[in-house]
Amino acid sequence: MIGAPLARVDGRAKVTGAARYSYEEQPAHVAYAVIVTSTIAVGRIASIDGTEALSRRGVLAVLTHDNAPRVRQDAASPGDRKLRLLQDDRVLYDRQPVALVVAESFEVATEAAARVRVTYAAETPATTMNAPGAVTYEPPEANQNPADSARGSFDSAFAAAPVRIDQTYVTPTEFHNPMEPHATTAAWDGNRLTLYDASQGVFDRRKSIAAIFGLPESGVRVVTKFVGGGFGSKGGTNAHTALAAMAARLVGRPVKIVLTRPDMFGGHGYRPRTEQHLRIGADTSGRLLALAHDVRSQASRFENFIENSAVISRMLYAVPNQVTTHRGVRYDVATPTFMRAPGESSGSFALESAMDELAYATGVDPLALRLLNYTETDPDQHGKPFSSKSLRRCYAEGAARFGWSQRPPQVRATRTADGLLVGYGMASSTYPANRSSSAAMATVHSDGSAYVTSGACDIGTGAYTAFTQIAAEALGIDVAHVRFDLGDTLMPEAARAGGSQQTASVANAVHLAGIAVRDKLAAAAVADAASPLHGRRLDDMTFARGRIALRERPELGETYVAILQRAGVSSMSAFAEAKHDRRVKGPYSTHAFGAHFAEVHVDPDFGTVRLARMVSAFAAGRIVNSRMARSQYMGGVVWGVSMALHEEGRIDERSGRYMNANLENYLVPVNADIPEIDIVLVDEEDPHVNPLGIKGIGEIGIVGMNAAVANAVFHATEKRVRDLPIRPEKLL
Amino acid sequence: MDDRTFSRRRFLIGTALPAAALGMGLSAPAAVEAQTAPALMGPEPVDVMLQVNGRAYPLKVEPRVTLLDALRERLGLTGSKKGCDQGQCGACTVLVDGRRVNACLTLAVATEGKQVTTVEGLARGGRLHPVQQAFIDNDAFQCGYCTPGQICSAVGLIAEGRAGSDAQIRESMSGNICRCGAYTNIVRAVNAAARA
Ligand code: FES
Ligand code: FES
Repeated sequence: MIGAPLARVDGRAKVTGAARYSYEEQPAHVAYAVIVTSTIAVGRIASIDGTEALSRRGVLAVLTHDNAPRVRQDAASPGDRKLRLLQDDRVLYDRQPVALVVAESFEVATEAAARVRVTYAAETPATTMNAPGAVTYEPPEANQNPADSARGSFDSAFAAAPVRIDQTYVTPTEFHNPMEPHATTAAWDGNRLTLYDASQGVFDRRKSIAAIFGLPESGVRVVTKFVGGGFGSKGGTNAHTALAAMAARLVGRPVKIVLTRPDMFGGHGYRPRTEQHLRIGADTSGRLLALAHDVRSQASRFENFIENSAVISRMLYAVPNQVTTHRGVRYDVATPTFMRAPGESSGSFALESAMDELAYATGVDPLALRLLNYTETDPDQHGKPFSSKSLRRCYAEGAARFGWSQRPPQVRATRTADGLLVGYGMASSTYPANRSSSAAMATVHSDGSAYVTSGACDIGTGAYTAFTQIAAEALGIDVAHVRFDLGDTLMPEAARAGGSQQTASVANAVHLAGIAVRDKLAAAAVADAASPLHGRRLDDMTFARGRIALRERPELGETYVAILQRAGVSSMSAFAEAKHDRRVKGPYSTHAFGAHFAEVHVDPDFGTVRLARMVSAFAAGRIVNSRMARSQYMGGVVWGVSMALHEEGRIDERSGRYMNANLENYLVPVNADIPEIDIVLVDEEDPHVNPLGIKGIGEIGIVGMNAAVANAVFHATEKRVRDLPIRPEKLL
Repeated sequence: MDDRTFSRRRFLIGTALPAAALGMGLSAPAAVEAQTAPALMGPEPVDVMLQVNGRAYPLKVEPRVTLLDALRERLGLTGSKKGCDQGQCGACTVLVDGRRVNACLTLAVATEGKQVTTVEGLARGGRLHPVQQAFIDNDAFQCGYCTPGQICSAVGLIAEGRAGSDAQIRESMSGNICRCGAYTNIVRAVNAAARA
């Protein structure tokens, strides 16, 4: 059952409109809240007047820093999250919440919000990394990695290298823009709070909200049944969730909040802009001798998150002499956060572009160059072996499918029949295989069905389906009779859907819970003189289709239904936890790997770039559902194309406001931008990474894809674009 | 006041109009009705009868309420999604008299007398519409939030005869953003449904 291309178990709910997202909860007497956000990037609220708003018919409350209940706005997790919850007059970023209007309807609240009069004592914001007021700092860490690293002696090796690449690459500020805007429905029952929240992790959310309101965690329930995409933006706790709870408390009714699309460019985070200085020293055959990767990442003035772009350079190739550094640059912006493959996505653009430049500088084929510098062990962890690494096969299978050997080595060598320039590009991909502790509960009922739960989130990854399959296999019950449920803090605690870790983390717990119930059923049979399995050994048994049988004599056995009925119980359950401490480093380095190949057609007159073909090959351990895995990879590849050609938050340097804060002017790919994507699933067995051999696949698809496109554009045009996105004018 | 007569004239004003204009519209419905000139409506709630998925829904709404918010917040039909509320993403796509429209840009009162079809209205007696089935079969979604809009768009464009080739499907489906990036599978699904 694991690996089968089962159709999504929640597919029917999603295509009929029955799937209910957080804002679609409609508790009785629900009220609507709309957030008023700041129109300056830094300064103070000089005056705020909600009188007119409050006087509108249907308005229930107007909250400002003058009258909002006091809460602990610095208590959210993870890390040093500092929310802005109407506690003071300070404005730290554009579109910061400054007031909240609660009303009988969305329309009344929206109109009244426009009538809240705010005046500001604005200060002059620093709005770019090189603005006079921007401050560079040494971060304590780079997104849970050491900020700096060094091995060998870079300076002398680089100075002595016969071939040198020395370039700076830039990736822009990017906004997640899940199709479902952030939304929360909050309801109090006495001192107990229930939140229906668009979240990537209900337990993280519960912890933050409990801390902000000074409640015990047991007094907060967070429910997330369906999420319309997250990509990192719904991982951390954001202001609107706490504001919904605050408003609901105040008006004594349930309250719903949804962010406007423009406010999706506000305080919940984004991928920070990076400036990455790459220096590569190599011998004339292309062998790497030295590599330095120095990153400057956009940061806010009040929290520490930065993009860990250089981390990928520490482990992807065999290079003896290396330094990497990360610095944050603080200016007057909201705090960035995780966005699909934080670090690896932006870092791979720099590293894999620089590798392409080295290929042209040495005359070595880009793929051959990567094979020449292949490493079988992790140079960042003192040569520790990888739990598995099938990158060679990703290169080989991807290249064969793409026809990489047909690539002419010269640039600007080929044109289509209608005169477009043709270019081929490739890049490597990798993402760490993470895991954290998770638990699950499995129950087998006397009708032979099973119900399994774990408080995970399905943000589009296919968690409902994947964990149904894992549970079915462990239980020995057909998938049709297994129901898996998730997304509720009343369930066993699960890892959040982020960092490509949820499937590996939760699957191992679900598996253990399934095995535990199955063994309980077997033990009941063994102990029962009336059972054909009486006195038999567990090791001699098989479990399939809801029946236990002896391996050697399959006719001897009985069903779970028979065992439960004879025992006179309606069900048997087991709870299991798969523990994992991320800080304890095991004997292996754990990563998934892949390779991208892209063909672009570029109009020489207009500079427009069209993707013609894409082939991407990935090896990520055991694949739970090949159909959904392909979809996840495809989505990642689309994100890579988007990063290469489309996305860029463009800030107004005078005001600090992102000027393209909507889906018309903030470009993301539409259907016509994306050709057929060919995904190659490279088989891989990993006996070490975790008991089930699963590596996460949510993020690796994007890593390197931006560089594959940029490299193809160079091959087509001989123009090296080192600052994304590759807009037409950069090719003219 | 006879709100039914009043509401049939399908002409709206914004709340910014002077109170005198509002007063005139509200106080003299019969007089305005007698002329063919468009009449005024609102800002008070008016009675409308919406026809959604073959069912009649009597509703009292302010004229400024969009079809999308009427469906989602008043009728409990949350299948149509709000992605931007600005006509930029297609998540709210529904069919009005068979034509694809953005429900966030359509006022509920403006659809009176028209047949609205949402994603909830496509299946027949528990049997999925071929486009819905094709979306499942081709895994044409991930988070599912753009999906109702994609499906309504696909139903519309197949009916319009615009699903002749992959290129045509890609072009005509480009008003529906899928941030999960399911485009390759969406094209496959629309193709499969169009040829079914
Ligand atoms: S919600 Fe209507 S187009 Fe986006
Ligand atoms: S399936 Fe998530 S936006 Fe399309």
